[in-house]
Amino acid sequence: MLRFLARRLALAVPTLIIASMIIFALQQLLPGDTATALSGEERDPEVIAFIRAKYHLDRSLPVRYAYWAGGVLQGDLGESIRLQKPVLELVREKLPVTLELACLAMLVALVIGVPMGILSAVRPGTWIDGLANGVALWGLSVPNFWLGILMILLFSVQLGWLPASGYVPPGESLTENLRSMAMPAFVLGNAIAAVMMRHTRAAMLGVLQSDYVRTARAKGVPTARVVLRHALPNAAIPIITLGALEFGQLLSGAVLTEQVFSVPGFGKLMVDAVFNRDFATVQGVVICTATTYILLNLAADLASALVNPKLRRA
Amino acid sequence: MPRLFTACLLAGLALTAPMAGSAQAQTLRFGLMEDPDALDPTLARTFAGRMVFAALCDKLVDIGPDLKPVPQLATAWSWSDDQKTLTLTLRPGVRFHDGEPMNAAAVKYSLERHLKMPGSQRRGEISPIDAVEAVDDTTVKISLKTPFAPLLAQFTDRSGMIVSPKAAERLGDKFATAPVCAGPYKFVERVPQDRIVVERFDDYWNKDAIQIKRIEFRPIPDTTVRLTNLRAGQLDLIERLAPTDLAQVKRDPKLKVGQAYELGFSGVVFNTAREGSPVADPRVRAAFEAAIDRNAITQVVYNGEYLAGNQWVSPKNPNYVTEYPVPKRDVAKAKGLLKEAGIEKPSITMMLYANNDAPQVGQVIQAMTREAGFDVKLQATDFTTSLDQADKGNFEAYLYNWSGRPDPDGNTFSFLACKTPLNYSRYCNPEADSAMNASRLTTDAGERKAAWKRLADRVLTDKPLVYLFHRKLLWAYSQKLSGFGEYPDGLVRFTGLKLD
Repeated sequence: MLRFLARRLALAVPTLIIASMIIFALQQLLPGDTATALSGEERDPEVIAFIRAKYHLDRSLPVRYAYWAGGVLQGDLGESIRLQKPVLELVREKLPVTLELACLAMLVALVIGVPMGILSAVRPGTWIDGLANGVALWGLSVPNFWLGILMILLFSVQLGWLPASGYVPPGESLTENLRSMAMPAFVLGNAIAAVMMRHTRAAMLGVLQSDYVRTARAKGVPTARVVLRHALPNAAIPIITLGALEFGQLLSGAVLTEQVFSVPGFGKLMVDAVFNRDFATVQGVVICTATTYILLNLAADLASALVNPKLRRA
Repeated sequence: MPRLFTACLLAGLALTAPMAGSAQAQTLRFGLMEDPDALDPTLARTFAGRMVFAALCDKLVDIGPDLKPVPQLATAWSWSDDQKTLTLTLRPGVRFHDGEPMNAAAVKYSLERHLKMPGSQRRGEISPIDAVEAVDDTTVKISLKTPFAPLLAQFTDRSGMIVSPKAAERLGDKFATAPVCAGPYKFVERVPQDRIVVERFDDYWNKDAIQIKRIEFRPIPDTTVRLTNLRAGQLDLIERLAPTDLAQVKRDPKLKVGQAYELGFSGVVFNTAREGSPVADPRVRAAFEAAIDRNAITQVVYNGEYLAGNQWVSPKNPNYVTEYPVPKRDVAKAKGLLKEAGIEKPSITMMLYANNDAPQVGQVIQAMTREAGFDVKLQATDFTTSLDQADKGNFEAYLYNWSGRPDPDGNTFSFLACKTPLNYSRYCNPEADSAMNASRLTTDAGERKAAWKRLADRVLTDKPLVYLFHRKLLWAYSQKLSGFGEYPDGLVRFTGLKLD
């Protein structure tokens, strides 16, 4: 188990290096650079030249990558040219927000998706199954942006129950924090719940038809115990893998949802950075997201190994 | 299980209880369209940043709703006979947020900072300044290399903002992290892309006129979301309301609307130096203009809220050249011009921003010019890409807008004078240059007007740029807010604002 962990962690390093190189090179394909974006309406040629020189934008691509990588090795992710703040500080500010939103959205997805998937698999073809499938179809087809605006109109404008936007750190007021996160978490979780439900249903249907489940039933084990104790752990593996992937997606920032609810997370930071050619910020966010993605995949593998001992030997 | 369910339900209800409002009452929550850039008057470049500066940093002079300069940190000013020296009398007893005195030495320091700091965005605006002298505590003498009439107008914006020399020395190029000026509000905190908070400055020179205790600036880029937040009571004031949302706001009894025509323009820039392109021929550009009905554009895309125009200032501006009114659409004339040029079916690619409205304007232009024989292709790009292509001359036509400056010089010189940074059309004409230079050399209103007439004679014939319309600046705000003034520079004056 330890060797497995060490090997996976060692593999993460070259993955990150390659990811950072690809992103660095891809950004150069965009027309214009930070100096173009940041020279202002006046576009004073001296200002443009000054910005290019200050941030080494006038140097060749490998030299710039070397500058950036050298900084990273010393724990310096560079400075956001647009916001004039160290990227590390920006990441530290935005990561908790994105992390919280991702966790809450995942919670919504799990609470809705998994039980619904189980129920519809246990009672296929019944009205419960139909309802669950209808909800899944809704979740998959409703655009986040539209749902978000409608929820704001109902819960904030009409009823006045929840704040329309803004973010309150949990340290300031946990109640206000949860109130501000309720709608964005639901909107995000709603879409994932649909995927979760479909996967849970498919996995459960497969497992429930297997021989060992039939044996358990024949031995007179109560249905609830058959489903939860015997079938679910085996069906859980694809759900865990899917959960980790979806969670990773959430961590790279939910751009539209963050936009609608003005949640100051990674998505907004990243989109702004790309439009302003703020390369250091894009690099920093990508590295952080890639790292968490790798760690999450690792965690998912470990979790799968825990629920299914067969996988521990792999 | 039922007990757990009840507990969850109760917790949920507690969460949805409406917020207590008392702490909110003295805070103005202002929704901005974009997150401002660096809060340093020397380095700043965004429109949203200017909204925040209106609270933080007073300027030497302000402009009134009629575009005339009015006193702010300077109470009086006079030009020498040769127009090469401007003498300013400063308001006595003014302090910066850090308690330091705002005096002639501070003005000298700030203007020199604007001129010399590496990366300064202000240098170009006030480059004719030769020397700044602090004559005594409240008198500043500014000598110019050459007469430069727009100088006072430049001082109504960031070039006229005075910073605390002590704070600027201490923070250097990190001044934006904790800006210290002499405005009605002092800086409290900034969370990038979330909020900027300022608080009333108790030693402000005009403190009796400042009622609101705190202002929270919140960037919310999407226009619909910004308006929804205002309607939900999450914001008290929003800027740049979409003209198409105006009717909805007017119907809402809880909201009010503020409006003013902008100082800038929107139009099509032609790359006159583009070899082999039909737009290099002035007759094709004239035909393009003749094929367009400007009022139709403002009606179709902007519900008739924007103002059709044909010059660098709007027809409502006192500096509009009345000899050249907005021409009517004339398809027959357009066809005739194309025939004369020998290019009856010109194909032109027009670059535009991929935002909410520019593609629609492009489509209307496409449809109208088609009737005259044009084949206009639209190329939507993001803002930075369009600037990059414009800089490099990789375009034929570019649908462009400029936010505008109080002095017409700020809407003309950089676009039309030979080899200037915003001269994307690569236009260069000695007569036009001489007219623009003449307008800079004198502060006499009559002589300046004559110079702009001469510029119009040239530019409206050559058409390197076809001006189309002038946007309307729209604000929406809660009816709890009173004392709101509408200014054509698009900035909110916090003096006299009240929130009940």
